[in-house]
Amino acid sequence: MGQAVAIIGTGQTECGKRTDVSYPELIHEAVSRAFEDSGLVPDDVEAVVSGSMPPAMEGVNNPHLYWTDAMGARGKPLIRIATCGSTGISLAHTGFYHVASGLFDLVLVVGAEKMYEGDPQGTMATVADPFFQRPFLAGAPGIFSLQSNEWAHRYGLDEKRVRMAAAQLSVRNHIDALINPYAHIKVEITLEDVLNSRVIAYPVRILDVCPASDGACALIMASERMVKKLGVKKPAWIRGVGYCGEEAFFGEGDKVAWQSAINAAKTAYKQAGITNPRKELDVAEVYNPFTFQEMLFYECFGFCDFGKACELVEKGVVMRGGDLPCDPSGGTLCTNPIGATGLQRTAEVALQVTEKAGDHQVPGASTGLAHAMGGLDQFNGIMIISNSL
Amino acid sequence: MSGESRILEGYISLPYKWAMGATTTRFFEEFKNKKIMGTKCSKCNRVLIPARSFCSHCFVKIDEWVEVSQEGTLRTWCAINFSYEGQPKEPPYIIGIIDLDGADVGLPHFVGGVELDDFEAVAKKVRIGGKVRAVWKENRTGNILDIDYFQPVD
Repeated sequence: MGQAVAIIGTGQTECGKRTDVSYPELIHEAVSRAFEDSGLVPDDVEAVVSGSMPPAMEGVNNPHLYWTDAMGARGKPLIRIATCGSTGISLAHTGFYHVASGLFDLVLVVGAEKMYEGDPQGTMATVADPFFQRPFLAGAPGIFSLQSNEWAHRYGLDEKRVRMAAAQLSVRNHIDALINPYAHIKVEITLEDVLNSRVIAYPVRILDVCPASDGACALIMASERMVKKLGVKKPAWIRGVGYCGEEAFFGEGDKVAWQSAINAAKTAYKQAGITNPRKELDVAEVYNPFTFQEMLFYECFGFCDFGKACELVEKGVVMRGGDLPCDPSGGTLCTNPIGATGLQRTAEVALQVTEKAGDHQVPGASTGLAHAMGGLDQFNGIMIISNSL
Repeated sequence: MSGESRILEGYISLPYKWAMGATTTRFFEEFKNKKIMGTKCSKCNRVLIPARSFCSHCFVKIDEWVEVSQEGTLRTWCAINFSYEGQPKEPPYIIGIIDLDGADVGLPHFVGGVELDDFEAVAKKVRIGGKVRAVWKENRTGNILDIDYFQPVD
């Protein structure tokens, strides 16, 4: 694992349609909050890690050049990370690698997106190769609806039951987003609203799907010796990381018993010494741009057996007050500035285990899981974060 | 700083010329004769479609060509009912992953030949695990859309 690494500051912007600020101004907002939270200033940081979606999303290529001043990156090593949906967790991992390696003691990690400035689905439709897959794998809803439908049919479950569990998750995420100050979609909805909402990519409906958001998130990571030197009172320790990629062709791997998700979780659990995730995790921020997918991840992460995810919803295990509350922030389903999203999952778990999550705090949470997936349904990354080493 | 924030509108349109390589070129040439060809890895014995010049698992070069069936099993599908820039056709339409008999990789393509006025009715005709068959276009120019769609076979 290298030297121990902690998250010692987080900064998130309010998300939504942020036409009130330019792209760098949005990033400056998140980065300033991370510095405020940690009590540090830009000069303290030794390196900067940044990332977002394919630059066509905002129409500025290599946007980290444009972001430099907003991140206080002048005079420092700066890199850009891009793995599509999983960019945020890749950012968190890359910040971790920087510090764990022993080369840096204080690193700033920044993810952002301004999805209202371009055509998100048009951009995502060009992620696939131009010869074989591009006409068919239609942006995010197409890919994830293919995966969701396959999952919903794999175990012979009653269709209405699966639909209802998905609707319950949508309602839960929307309720939770109401008390997260940074969340984008803040509306009260009912099960009927979800079940009757417009079909986006059958069987998936609009209230099963995340919005496109403007938003930014920043983290400050520190080595153990820096945590001691600064006298950080509530560090959030990174205890395990796992990341796994798959083949370039969508039809090549099994996307239901999803190997990259299973392997990423296994690797992270092993590093963190977790043998029973359902018991040992107090909270999980599962990347859930689609309700169905959230359930698929429960199975791949060992929260339950394969084919049993609906039960976790029906029994309230993954709801607020349950055994393993998932996405108490309202999740990706209600807020999705993609380049920042995986980093928001990481920041939210860091807030939870240090009891700084405010109104959406899970009482007594000490260990949590942060996750994001991306590529062409191709990458999964996990980070296990605790209030102790 | 409070006050008005104006919007600057712009457009980026860039031309590209994508080299296919010899393997993809032959794969699409065979389409003109209504043939779907894969390449077989001598190490793992998987038949890969689209045809590849190297194996994604074994990392070895491949040059054994194998014809696969025009028929296969529908692994999964969904009905696209939203619009985006660069879309290949007007929604609604169905996309699916087809496991062609004799191939070890699923092929993404359109599923067609069914009425699309009611999604619940479509779900009864287009079944996961059901058989589908390639329907070719009359005029074939050597690209992935020479196959018009895959039709469910009752």
